[in-house]
Parts: sequence; C-alpha cells; structure tokens
Amino acid sequence: MRTIYVLWLRQLKRYLRSKSRIIGSLGQPILFLVALGFGFGPIFKKAGGGNYMEFLAPGIIAQGILFTSMFSGTEIIWDRQFGFLKETLVAPVSRLEIMIGRTLGGATIATFQGVIIFILSLFVGFKPTNIFSVIISLVIMFLMSLLFTGLGTAIASTLDDFQGFQLIMNFLVMPMFFLSGALFPLNGLPKTIDVISRLNPLTYGVDGLRTTLTGISHFGLGVDFLVLGLITFLILSLGSYLFSRIEV
Amino acid sequence: MLTTLLHPTAGKIIINGFDPTKNQDETRKSFGIVFQDPSLDDELTAYENINFHGILYNVPNEIRQKRIKELLTIVELWEKKDLLVKTFSGGMKRRLEISRGLLHHPKIFFLDEPTLGLDPQTRNQIWQYIKKLNEQEGITIFFTTHYMEEADRIAQRIAIIDQGKIISQGTALELKTKTETKSLEDAFLALTGRKIREEEASGLDQMRMRRQVWLGGRR
Repeated sequence: MRTIYVLWLRQLKRYLRSKSRIIGSLGQPILFLVALGFGFGPIFKKAGGGNYMEFLAPGIIAQGILFTSMFSGTEIIWDRQFGFLKETLVAPVSRLEIMIGRTLGGATIATFQGVIIFILSLFVGFKPTNIFSVIISLVIMFLMSLLFTGLGTAIASTLDDFQGFQLIMNFLVMPMFFLSGALFPLNGLPKTIDVISRLNPLTYGVDGLRTTLTGISHFGLGVDFLVLGLITFLILSLGSYLFSRIEV
Repeated sequence: MLTTLLHPTAGKIIINGFDPTKNQDETRKSFGIVFQDPSLDDELTAYENINFHGILYNVPNEIRQKRIKELLTIVELWEKKDLLVKTFSGGMKRRLEISRGLLHHPKIFFLDEPTLGLDPQTRNQIWQYIKKLNEQEGITIFFTTHYMEEADRIAQRIAIIDQGKIISQGTALELKTKTETKSLEDAFLALTGRKIREEEASGLDQMRMRRQVWLGGRR
C-alpha cells in the first residue's frame, strides 16, 4: 500500500508543480469548445440537432481526459530516459504495485483535468440537466482515466524512445478522438466509420458522459459501463504484464 | 544481474547470502546503488527524493527522518534539502544519490562510474564522502571506473574486465607486479592491449562501456 500511495503522490506532485502543463493541456479543449461550439452551433441547430454546446461539452471533457491520461501513461518513457524508473525497479517492491501506483496517480490527474474542463464549459453555456447524474459522470471520468492511463503505460512499456510518442499521438490518440462521436452524432454514419467508432473505447466514454450530463444517449448507460469496465480491466492486465517485462 | 534488473543466462550469483534470481526482495534490500546516469526525479526536492526512497524500502518513519538528516549532513546537502533537484549541479546530484543509496542500511554499495563527467574537485570530494561513509557504516563498496588512478588509490581489490570477461584480479600492487609495470594504467594496457575497443552500444545501460570493475573490500 505504501508503495502505491507514494507513487500516486509523486505523480500528483509533479502535476501540480508544472503549471505550464496544466495550462497547456487546458488550452486545446478550451479552443475546441469555443471555436467548434460557437462555430458549428448555428448549423447544428438548423439541421435539427439542438444545442451544439450541450452536445459538444461531454465530448471535449472526454478529449481532455484522453489526452491527459495517455500522456501520464507514456511518462514512463521519460522516466526511463532520465533514469528514475531504475530507482523504483531496484527497490524491494513488486512491479505490480509500481504499476498500480503510477496508474492511479495518472488517472487521478486526468479525472481532475476532466472536472476542470467541465467547470470551464459551464462558462461558455453548457448546462448539465441533472445535478445527481453529474456525480455518476465522475465515475465514468475516472474509469476512462484508468483505461487510457493503462493504455499509455502498456504502449510506453514497449517503446524506448521519444520518437514513438509522436507516433502514438498521430495514429492512435487523434483518430480515437475524432472517431468517437465527441464532435458529431453517431446516427446515420457510413458503415466503415460506424464500425470503427463502435470499436473505439472512447466512444463509450463519450456516450456515458453525454448520457449522465445531458440525458442524450446512443448506447445506453448500462452498455457504456459494461464496455468501459471490461476494456479497462483488459488493458490494465495487459499493461501490468508489459510493465513487468521492462528491462532497463 | 547483480542488481536483479537482468537475468543471468548461466552461472550463479550470491549477494549477502541471497540469490538475486530467487530471493529478489532480500537481495534488493541488501544493496544500495548509484547508477551511471542520474536517477533522481528532477521535479521533486532533494528531501522528497530521499524520503521517497525510504518509503519504498520500508524504513520506519522515525529512523528514516533521523537517517535522512544524518546522511544529507554528511554530503553537505541538508541546507538545500527543500530545493528542486533540477536546480542542482551534477556533483550535487551525485552526492544526493550517494546518500539516498545508503538510507536503508545496505551491506553492499554499488557505484557505477560515480565520478564520470565531474571536475577534479568534485571527484575528490565524492571519494572523501564515500570513504567516510564506508568507514562509518562498514559496508562493502563495489565500483566501476575508467580512471586508473582512482582505482589505484581507493580500491583494495581490483578486477579488470575486458570484452565482458574478468581477465585479471588482485590488489593494485599485485597487478603491477604481475605485469612488471609502474602504474596501474600501464598494467591495464599490458593486460588488455592497446587496440581501441569498438563495442557496439547495446540498448541496455548496464552493459554500456563497462570494461573494468573495481572491487573495494570491507575496511
């Protein structure tokens, strides 16, 4: 337990100390909210989609969580490069504990980031329908954070340089975000896009958040929870396995 | 391999009575280590780094606080304990790592080229700290270096490794007598030849450029 706690605390301290990281990682979601939210708002309304800001905000919260948790997960590459990972790996603690501590730390940060974006979205006109389901949305946020921190850890465990990081961003994180229904409704999509979005775990996170925050649902909250929970479990198991095999 | 990070393909290792492949945690508690490259968290303070280590090694809080103060005072970093490590110089980082590696009372202390890339003043200072700690704590120091005069001056037993194999070992005097040379540098050259080694850089840090291992005994 102490190992998990101290690694969790370390992630948090690092996060809270790098102000540029907090501000930097909020910049993009705010830009999306403002530019897309106000930009596509009129056309979305004309097409009969209703209030676009209501639709968009849960998607952008999901985006913030996705980016932050993937980044936290891949921090292993940094720790490896700068040697800190070795210090933890030669300590008399199990790799599983190290992995759990790091992942919980990363997930806490990502959830926190999601909450900040949620609060900011209130200022640009987002109104959640039900105050109680906001609490359930927190659970979804945390689940998503766990999932993507675990995914980042799993991928980073197999990479050993920074170059790989750019590859993840371009070929995994970006497509996941754009094809998740964060920006557009999933109804009536071409077959290929529909299939891809159904295979994308972020889709269920976005849908879960949209259900709890606005009441609009595509799959239903039960399916969202089930899929998210299952994938999180699988990814964390895979991540632990890959992490236990790291040689430094 | 000695530090449980790599698995041996053949042979057997015993550290402080434990087999690193079987009793991993006991082995890990038995040694302290300073890696060749810095392994501190730059975003944390010196105190947080060393305290983190103490928690990972399960040193009880009371002993931990006392010991941290003691060790940081010896390496003259106690006043700077609340500064972020990223503001430290190379020598300060090394000193912090040395004190950190000793926090959990190890029996063996591994130092992988501890003075690499440091100026002569800092190098001397670091060896003084290590000697002092070695005398106070009575632990075995195991270090690697490329500087022959350091080995000559400090180590009690020396092993020369070339192409991954120990080719000769003994005290500095024994090595010099055996090769009929005046300095350890010449002894080293006599044993390994003058040809420059072109080892392929492997991805594993442990293997990197490690051509000599110096053993210092219990004092």
